[in-house]
Amino acid sequence: MRARRFLAPAALTAAIALMAGCATGDPSTDPVDPTTAPPADAGSFTLYSGRDEALVQPLIDQFTAETGIAVEVRYGNTAELGALLLEEGEATPADVFLSQDAGALGALSAADLFAPLPDDIAGAVPQGFTSTDGSWVGVTGRARVVVYDGERFTEAELPNEIDDYVDGDFAGSLGIAPGNASFQSFVTAYRVIDGEGDAEEWLSDLDARGYEVFENNRAILAATNDGVLDAGLINHYYWFAQAAEVGADNMRAQLKFLEAGDPGSIVNVTGAGILAGSAENEAALAFVEYLVSEEGQRYFVEQTFEYPLVPGIDAPEGLPSLESLVNPELDLSDLDDLATTQELLARLGFI
Amino acid sequence: MTTIVRATEPTVTGTRPPVGLVAFAVVAAAAAAIPLVYLVVRAGETGLATIIQTLSRGRVLEYAANSLGLALAVTATALVLGTAVAVVLTRIRVPFPRSWLLLSSLPLAVPSYLAGYGWLVSFPSLSGFVPSWLLLAAVTTPYVTLPVAAALRSATGDLEGVARSLGRGPIGAFFVATWPQVRPAAIAGSLLVALYALSDFGLVAMMRFPTLTWGINSAYAASFDRAQAATLALLLVVMALVVVAGERGARRQLPRTTARAVRPRTISRGMLVSLLPVVAAAPVVGVAVPLLGLGTRLVQADTLRAVDVPRLLGAIGATVGVAVAAAVLAVLLALPIAALAARYRGRLVSAIESVGYLGHALPGIVVGLSLVFFALAVVPALYQSVVVLVFAYAVLFMPKAIGTMRAGLGEVPPRLIAVARTTGASPLTAWWRVTVPLALPSLGVGALLVAIATMKELPATLLLRPTGINTLATELWNRTVVFEFGAAAPYAAVLVLIAAVPAMILSGVRSTAKEEL
Repeated sequence: MRARRFLAPAALTAAIALMAGCATGDPSTDPVDPTTAPPADAGSFTLYSGRDEALVQPLIDQFTAETGIAVEVRYGNTAELGALLLEEGEATPADVFLSQDAGALGALSAADLFAPLPDDIAGAVPQGFTSTDGSWVGVTGRARVVVYDGERFTEAELPNEIDDYVDGDFAGSLGIAPGNASFQSFVTAYRVIDGEGDAEEWLSDLDARGYEVFENNRAILAATNDGVLDAGLINHYYWFAQAAEVGADNMRAQLKFLEAGDPGSIVNVTGAGILAGSAENEAALAFVEYLVSEEGQRYFVEQTFEYPLVPGIDAPEGLPSLESLVNPELDLSDLDDLATTQELLARLGFI
Repeated sequence: MTTIVRATEPTVTGTRPPVGLVAFAVVAAAAAAIPLVYLVVRAGETGLATIIQTLSRGRVLEYAANSLGLALAVTATALVLGTAVAVVLTRIRVPFPRSWLLLSSLPLAVPSYLAGYGWLVSFPSLSGFVPSWLLLAAVTTPYVTLPVAAALRSATGDLEGVARSLGRGPIGAFFVATWPQVRPAAIAGSLLVALYALSDFGLVAMMRFPTLTWGINSAYAASFDRAQAATLALLLVVMALVVVAGERGARRQLPRTTARAVRPRTISRGMLVSLLPVVAAAPVVGVAVPLLGLGTRLVQADTLRAVDVPRLLGAIGATVGVAVAAAVLAVLLALPIAALAARYRGRLVSAIESVGYLGHALPGIVVGLSLVFFALAVVPALYQSVVVLVFAYAVLFMPKAIGTMRAGLGEVPPRLIAVARTTGASPLTAWWRVTVPLALPSLGVGALLVAIATMKELPATLLLRPTGINTLATELWNRTVVFEFGAAAPYAAVLVLIAAVPAMILSGVRSTAKEEL
């Protein structure tokens, strides 16, 4: 009888087996190419990557080829993986977390989920671009920039200071992603640099002049590039990622770097940490070390157009130097205080 | 052709359901309640004061009102449009009725985020309530069209003709004669639409219409505040329970009639042409325009590269595999709940059924995290295995099977079971031998709906999949986040094509096997 076969528990088991077969039978998901894999005793570890596969996997393959260490990677977006790691707690299968923003790293650090990094790794990146307690290390930097519609404006028409975007000097539409970590760390930086009162005034002025809300940086860039938004606040690297896909000459959106020291030009960092249970995992340690090695840093410069954080390595061509963007008064660890920023944004009706 | 349908006895009320059935239903409801337990635990950790503070802060109430308004508008639109399309395609002689019904089913295969993305390619300035409403309505209308068309085709009488001959206008006649017969199907479909609209994040994010799911996401993404996210998600649960209760109220008393099938009416060519926009609206808005947009992006992409065929095949295999497994498991879990709700009333039955619907009202990230929590606490060995992933799909999409299966099981005449009992069969044997086979089409519909939804699911898949396993949805996500539209397009196309297969099968299924009685 058809009904019986359809409902038999065996069908479920068979379906799961079928699927498992399909999935493991796919050679391309195997992180190590068997023909080049060095001895198996080189060790292995599990990486949770909040950075995209297309950008990170070549670096991991390079690492594996050099060290023989097998890396099992779980890709996801940084926010979801951060929530996942908090949920997993000590039971996590992950050894290393590679994060798209410092907020997620700070949250995991605050929950005591990271093992302290050895000094040579934690100290590879200068103060201000990494954790203050050595719980995670900064890997790359992304500058906050203004993206604008290059067909409607010239670079000179755009103000050099973030204040002038809200006090009447700039009349175009302005897009922000108030729920996004990078916008919130900009607001935090504003509070730290110019004080609570000025930060609130800036937001009130923004509210008064009007703004367009987006879910993330990518959507702001897309809208600007499509000519439906005049300008928006994003991280620089999204522009380069899209330019790599469609060709830089075809980009309608253009970037404006604000004046050095302005809260609108802060640098957000990506970073990595080792989970508490994996402090003794040499393979995991070797990978984090590789991220802040010259080779790892160069990879990000050349492939993702991000700022290297280790001294002595040049920024991507065509970008202002990291030093010119850094505000000496701003300690990145001050940006941990997202809660106050979120309360402010909530009170003013942004989130 | 004349179809003979027997009158169904009214739902048994006042009798106690068998203990065994209740036990199975409670187990299934417990599975569906995992996200709720998780949310209560997480929100409870902060205490009442923080919960109140979270609910009263910033734009939370505005988000909630947006969620509610969107769900209402989408549901009303899908209900009216879906019913209208079903009536046109079954009651009016249109050219190629089967093809039209098949076309009407296709929006089911398009994930909401893909529909949103496709529209934005051609019309980048779209944003806010109206596009969110129209697009969600387009991709959810088949949830109403298909069951109503099935109900209309299966068996109803030409009471409408009678009503019209008694002087009613066409619309009046429809409400008097036909609506009561398709109402259960239409309302059950509308419930799925409402829950879909409440839980959707992908489309509202693209259309920049901030709803509660948007708030939940940014609570995770920017604040890493799980308690705050849980509180907002509980607000969503409350809304869902209101919707489910509303559906139960609206579903009541099904008038049954013995009658003959209706021949499609012939109407003038001009009338037919004027009906075209009604029938074509959902497929055009939900399928044609988005796919056209994606196609344009594909042509524009500089980095059009060769498709990694083994990888694509791997993703297809994983997608089909999890979808089949999830469909089977979701139907198994939904079966006792549907069987209980089909025949019995009472508080316990209502509670069990309501809980069964919860998973579908929550965004995937919440259900995904709740199963991380559950799996690590209860079956750590199975964590990040396919078993937990499939279980999560079943929790998320079981509601898609409950309604249709309840209707299917409810329409099997109890008299037949009584006859089987007189031959000495036990209640369970009688149910298994008589009821289940007769309701099999409805079980199939439930399974297909779950399979389609599973293929498109993204957030829970990202959280729970075994490391290294990719479905078409995760592969698509992988590529669009880095702007690789050229590389993403084949995955998008294959995803829609594969999900279209069960959708097309659905368009041909009848609600019950009445003709075989």
